[in-house]
Amino acid sequence: MRWLAKLRMQLEMLFGRDRAGKQLDAELRDHLERQVAENIGAGMSADEARYAALRSFGNPALLREQARSTWSWNWPEVLLRDVRYGIRTLNRSRGFSLIAIAVMAICIGAATSLFTLVRSVLLRPLPFRDPDRLTMIYEHFRAPAFNKDQFNYNSVAPGDYYDWHTKTHGFEDMAAWAWWNFNLSSQSGELPEAVTAAAGTWNLIPLLGVQPALGRSFTEAEDQPGGTAVMLTWSLFQRRFAGDRSIVGKQIRLNGKPYTVVGVLPPSFVYPTAIMQLWVPYGSIFGAGSPIGPEWLHYHDRHFIHVVARMRPGVSLADALGPVKAVQYQLHLQYPTAPVAEDVAPRDINEDLARDVKKPLLVLMCAVGCMLLIGCLNVANLLVARGAARQKEVAIRGALGARRLTLIREQLTESLLICAIGGAAGILLSLIATKWLATSWKDLPSAEGIHLDAPVLFFSCGLVVLAALSAGLLPAISSTGKAVFAALQASTRTAGGSVSRTALRKTLLTIEIAVTVVLLIAAGPLLKSFMRLRTVNLGCATDSVLTLSYSLPQQRYDKPEKVNAFNEALLERVRALPGVLGAGLGGMPPGSGPGSDDIFYVVEHPPVRPGDELPDAQVRRADPGFFTAMQIPLLSGRLFTSQDRGDQQNRVIVNRTLAARYFAGENPIGKHINVPVYGTANFEIVGVVGDTLYKVNEPPFATAYFPEFAGVGDTRISLAVRTASDPLSFSVPIQKQIAALDPEMPVDDVLTMRQIIGQSLGNQSFSASLVLAFAVLSLLLASVGLYGVLSYLATQRRAEIGIRIALGAKREQVLRLMLSDGLRPALLGLVLGLAASVGAAQWIRSLLYGAPAVDAWVFASVSGTLLAVSLLACLVPAWRASRLDPMQALRTE
Amino acid sequence: MGKPSDLVQGTLDLLILKTILLEPMHGWAIAKRIQQLSGEVLQVQQGSLYPALHRLEQQGWIKAKWAESETGRQAKFYALTVAGRKQLEAETANWNRLSAAIDLIVAEV
Repeated sequence: MRWLAKLRMQLEMLFGRDRAGKQLDAELRDHLERQVAENIGAGMSADEARYAALRSFGNPALLREQARSTWSWNWPEVLLRDVRYGIRTLNRSRGFSLIAIAVMAICIGAATSLFTLVRSVLLRPLPFRDPDRLTMIYEHFRAPAFNKDQFNYNSVAPGDYYDWHTKTHGFEDMAAWAWWNFNLSSQSGELPEAVTAAAGTWNLIPLLGVQPALGRSFTEAEDQPGGTAVMLTWSLFQRRFAGDRSIVGKQIRLNGKPYTVVGVLPPSFVYPTAIMQLWVPYGSIFGAGSPIGPEWLHYHDRHFIHVVARMRPGVSLADALGPVKAVQYQLHLQYPTAPVAEDVAPRDINEDLARDVKKPLLVLMCAVGCMLLIGCLNVANLLVARGAARQKEVAIRGALGARRLTLIREQLTESLLICAIGGAAGILLSLIATKWLATSWKDLPSAEGIHLDAPVLFFSCGLVVLAALSAGLLPAISSTGKAVFAALQASTRTAGGSVSRTALRKTLLTIEIAVTVVLLIAAGPLLKSFMRLRTVNLGCATDSVLTLSYSLPQQRYDKPEKVNAFNEALLERVRALPGVLGAGLGGMPPGSGPGSDDIFYVVEHPPVRPGDELPDAQVRRADPGFFTAMQIPLLSGRLFTSQDRGDQQNRVIVNRTLAARYFAGENPIGKHINVPVYGTANFEIVGVVGDTLYKVNEPPFATAYFPEFAGVGDTRISLAVRTASDPLSFSVPIQKQIAALDPEMPVDDVLTMRQIIGQSLGNQSFSASLVLAFAVLSLLLASVGLYGVLSYLATQRRAEIGIRIALGAKREQVLRLMLSDGLRPALLGLVLGLAASVGAAQWIRSLLYGAPAVDAWVFASVSGTLLAVSLLACLVPAWRASRLDPMQALRTE
Repeated sequence: MGKPSDLVQGTLDLLILKTILLEPMHGWAIAKRIQQLSGEVLQVQQGSLYPALHRLEQQGWIKAKWAESETGRQAKFYALTVAGRKQLEAETANWNRLSAAIDLIVAEV
């Protein structure tokens, strides 16, 4: 029955709290009055009796609290009271509260966004069956030249995959896929469209453990040269076919050829990235109507496919991989002079998808961590400063019987409130920021799967609590110690807070500045490379150049004459447009990536010895007008002419890097090269042109240009047009010329050279500028902290400064006093930060960039910036102090 | 002995339960009764009496009722519950065991 009584009691306490409170008061009053009555009975006067009763009774308010603290539901009541009290005190000093909340909102917002990205990119399991047992397998060259970037995963040659798949049985299964492109023809009035596609083996979808949303995946019979099955991704299905389920079984036209839609992939399938539009069978891309014939299935030296394997349960990766390594080494021995790797390397499928974003994300996480720390220090510092201003209040409350724990709890509630409000604002902020990050950061895989979810919210709430504790605990403890009672004894004329509290504030400030310095120095090299990237010279015209790409489907452009007829007609029409200064055709514009590279041999040179590095060049094409249009200088020999076609097409132009590297000390003009991939023909070198960069921050690569008018179909052709005015305004007139020649021809990648450079810089500069933004924000936070603390110090010393001025101190002396007072912690922090950077930042940077050198430029500029900012932050309160009217300062308080 | 002894830690509950065993009492009377019965040796501090009473009430060992007191004013009378009676027995047994043990040691000297 006792539980019933307890339950009744609890209900009573919950709902009859006010009544219980009144009854408690009545009970205590009754007791007191009986005591008074007894005292009077013992012969005391009325007043005396009351005082004696109160003395024996103790502190009634405290007694009431102690009795109440035994009641059930005491904690929510206390919490509610603390929160109410906290809101009231925060509301009383709005400026302080707003600054602290804003600081926390920025810090928590940034951390939440970053964690969202890290979680969806690095931590979230792939939507596949048992993703832990999936692995990528790459070819691995052992030569040091291939391993210098710590990236030694080479795409696989189809022949190698074929041998691995048929000759080894360590894995449960093995599948392959390759990037591909199609022109998706118009069906019922839509525009033709160039789509990014992939060709996957028939067993890939089952191997990943993915169920098609509609229809089925490929069959083995479809996975053959000439296969015409296609699977749509969910996004293409929704976007272009409006989610019409009857599309399954119907035909769509890819490169003018009919393909049957056999299935639709589920929305979760965004492998390998969200830009993938459709899948065709792997075998179908080898064969008639394709630039690669069925014989490519067995080539060992052309690397362009990706291999996914599923491990058997209970079989280790090393055991399963052993036979594959053996097969690959045999292949290497079999083709000693061809680029066939000696070894294979497994790669975690998550890591494979995250590619190059892992490092930047970790760098950013470090930066955000630093910023969060600075933010917490900042709020802590503001709280300490405010604690000093509230010293008397705390002392009075302590004297009235508030326990120290209660006082600490109340102050913690305050910092928790700041962090909670800031955190809520921060989460809202991060909703926007995450969306923006996911769209601006093009390298991010699974960009569509990035959103805030429950674990991320938990993470943020954890951060809020952590931040509240770390920001609130120190000030709370320091401002409630025994020493506070001294504040009651002190006269109102005392100058400033206690020495120890001022010291604490300065220590916090010093740490804050030191962390800022570390962050700035770690971000320094990023800034430097960022500035270098901005002023890069690509080696060709970059202003007022428009580029666009198209590809002529072999279906309709089956002879070189037809290809050339289209290209020449297009060039003629574009060059005739008013405002066009030059136009040319090439494989791909400079700055837009490495493209493909091939092994070649110099016919006039002795054969390459086995084991030596094979000559390698990026392969481009160019029409006679390309170099002139792009303003790439001719260094020697000649450019292509329109005769370099048909039986005269075996000509090649090389860039300066190729000439210098493979023809050191001889004249390359008139020599011949042989590219095994192109068959037995020897190409005569007719000219040497200047270098262009394939990627902005990479050194130039050996490049060979072949005549565009060889007229190869089904390859990507890029048109570059130099214009007299805004190049983008030419995009519609040029597209109209293309549509006039062939209305079915889709055009894509309509970009100016400036945009291409921006894209190539894009992700690097993007993550660099993010780190930079965090560093700048941290600097801002640190200067806010410096300013805040210094103005508090200044207001606390008003009386002292007033006396100094009244006694004849000069304004400059006061200014110098206040400046040196503020700059000392800043300088100390700077020195500590610099010392820490030599160790920590050095380590972080060598870990992340492999660039260990800490250069003087960064040190000097960081020190300079920080000093300037601190000076500025100190100057305002110091100047204000020196302008103090002594009479007014002495009269206040 | 200058001032009345403080209560041995944890025995206040026992004393309160025992005091109200026979009839319901209000706080003041409980304190007075303990003081009287102990020959003015034990003096219950108000600072511990009311928290203890409220705690016992929350535990369900005693229940409170408002009634008119001898002065004619409303007062809060505390009475034992059935559970409180059992608790009193348990605490008494416990106290006897403890004091017997202390006696044994003290008697040795």
